[in-house]
Amino acid sequence: MKYVLLFGETKERAKQWEAMPEAQRMAAYAPINQWFEKYSSKITGGHELQPERTATTVKFNNGKPVITDGPFIEGKESIGGYAEVTVADLDEALEMAKGWPTGGPVEVRPVVDRGEPQR
Amino acid sequence: MTAALVRMLGDFDLAEELVQEALLEALQHWPTEGIPEKPGAWLLTTARRKAVDQLRRQARFRDKLAQLEGDVMRDDTAEGDDRLRLIFTCCHPALSREAQVALTLRAVAGLTTIEIARAFITSEATIAQRIVRAKRKIVDANIPYRMPTERELPERLDEVLAVLYLMFNEGYLATAGEQASRRDVAEDAAWLAGLMVRLMPDEPEALGLLALMRLHLARAGARFDAAGDLVLLQDQDRGRWEQERITSAIVLLQRAAALHRTGPYQLQAAIAACHAEARSWGETDWQQIVALYDALIELMPSPVVELNRAIARRYRDGAGAALDDVERLGEVLDAYYLFHATRAELLRDLGREPEARAALVRALELTANPAERALLQKRLS
Repeated sequence: MKYVLLFGETKERAKQWEAMPEAQRMAAYAPINQWFEKYSSKITGGHELQPERTATTVKFNNGKPVITDGPFIEGKESIGGYAEVTVADLDEALEMAKGWPTGGPVEVRPVVDRGEPQR
Repeated sequence: MTAALVRMLGDFDLAEELVQEALLEALQHWPTEGIPEKPGAWLLTTARRKAVDQLRRQARFRDKLAQLEGDVMRDDTAEGDDRLRLIFTCCHPALSREAQVALTLRAVAGLTTIEIARAFITSEATIAQRIVRAKRKIVDANIPYRMPTERELPERLDEVLAVLYLMFNEGYLATAGEQASRRDVAEDAAWLAGLMVRLMPDEPEALGLLALMRLHLARAGARFDAAGDLVLLQDQDRGRWEQERITSAIVLLQRAAALHRTGPYQLQAAIAACHAEARSWGETDWQQIVALYDALIELMPSPVVELNRAIARRYRDGAGAALDDVERLGEVLDAYYLFHATRAELLRDLGREPEARAALVRALELTANPAERALLQKRLS
C-alpha cells in the first residue's frame, strides 16, 4: 500500500533553515539523509520543496483562473517536502514518520489506489 | 448483565466469564440462525443457563476458586487472540479518542449505537456516523488488524487503557442526577478492563486500572443521597461500600505489585485503596496517601495530581501548608473549577471567609455538572 508522508515545518523554522550558513545546513541534513538511507527500499518517490516564498497559487474565481503569490494553505505550518512510501500498512508508515528527525510534524496520507498499472 | 449475574453467583470474574461465553455463543449462532428478536434477553438467558450449570458444579468449582485469580484465568485461546486484535484495532492511535471509545463499546462490548448515544447524551446519528467514519478510516488507511509488535506494545497498551479510563470516567461522572435509565458505561468500561486483564494477565497497569475502576464502583452507591445530591467521600456511609469489590480490587493490586513494574494506574488504585480500607474518614492513612501522590507526581507530573496531593496534605500537615501548595498552581489551573473549590475550602479553614466566597463563585462559573453545582451552592449559602 502506498502512502505519502508530508513533511511540515513551521514558518519560523523554515526561515532559520534558509538563514543557516551552508556548512551548518549540510550538517543539519545528515540525520535526514540517514533517514532516507534507512528506508530507501520503501521510499518510491518524493522531493524536498523550495521554501514557501517561492510558491505561486492558481485560484479559480467563477471558473476563471487567477494567479496569486503564495501558498494556498494559510497557517503557521507549511509543507517542506514529501515522500511516497510503499509499505504493508499504516503502522509501518507511522513507524517511518515517528523516526523523522527534523522535529517538524509529518502527515501520513494513503494514496488512492484505483488499481492502475504501476508507472 | 454482568451485574445481574454477580448477584446470582456472588463472584465477579466468574460472572464476567459467563457473559463472555454467552457472547461467544452468540457469535457462533447468530450468523447462521439469525439474530434473535431480543438479543439482550437471549444473552442474559444463555449466560444464566451457564450460571446454573456453574452452580451445579459448584462443589468442584470451589476447589478451583483459589486458582481463579491466577494463571487458570489466562485466556490464550484463539478467540482470546482475536478479541485482543479487535481491541487494539478499535483503540488504534490513528483514530480520534471519541471514535476509539464508540468503536470499542460497539465492537468489543457489544453495545448498540442507541445505547452508546444515550450514555454520552448525544444523538444516535452522531454515534453511528462516528463509528462509520472510524471503520472507513480503518479500511481506507489500512490500519492493520493485528497485535502490536513487542516494541509497539507498551505504547499501544497505554492507549487502550487510556480509552477505557476515559470511558469509565465519562460514565462515572455522568451518573449524576436524573438519568436513571441511562446505561452504566462505567460498568461496561470495567468489564472491558477485566477482559484486558484476562487476555494480558501479566500487564500490571491493566490490573491497576481494573482495580481502580472496581474501587470507584464499590463506592458508587454511596456517592449520592436520597435526594440525588452528591455526598463527599468524608461524609459517605462506608457501610454501603461494596466490600466484595474492594477485596477483589486489592487482590488485583497485589497481583500487579508482584510484577514489579509500577505505573500511574497502580498508584491511583493504591490511593483509592487507602480510602477504601479506612474504616472511617478519621482513620485515613494520609501519610501513605501523600507518599503515593509523591510517587505519582514523579511518574506522571501533572498540576491536577499536585492539587490532589495538596488536598491530602491538608489532612496531614494542615490547611496552611496545603494552601501554600495550592497557590503555586494558580496560573496553570485557573480554569479548573476544583482548583477554586479546593482553595475556597482551605481559605475557609483558615478563617479567610471573603476570599473563600470569591473562590466559590469562581468555581461555580466553571462547572456545568448539576451535582457539582448543587454542592458548591450549598457551601455558598
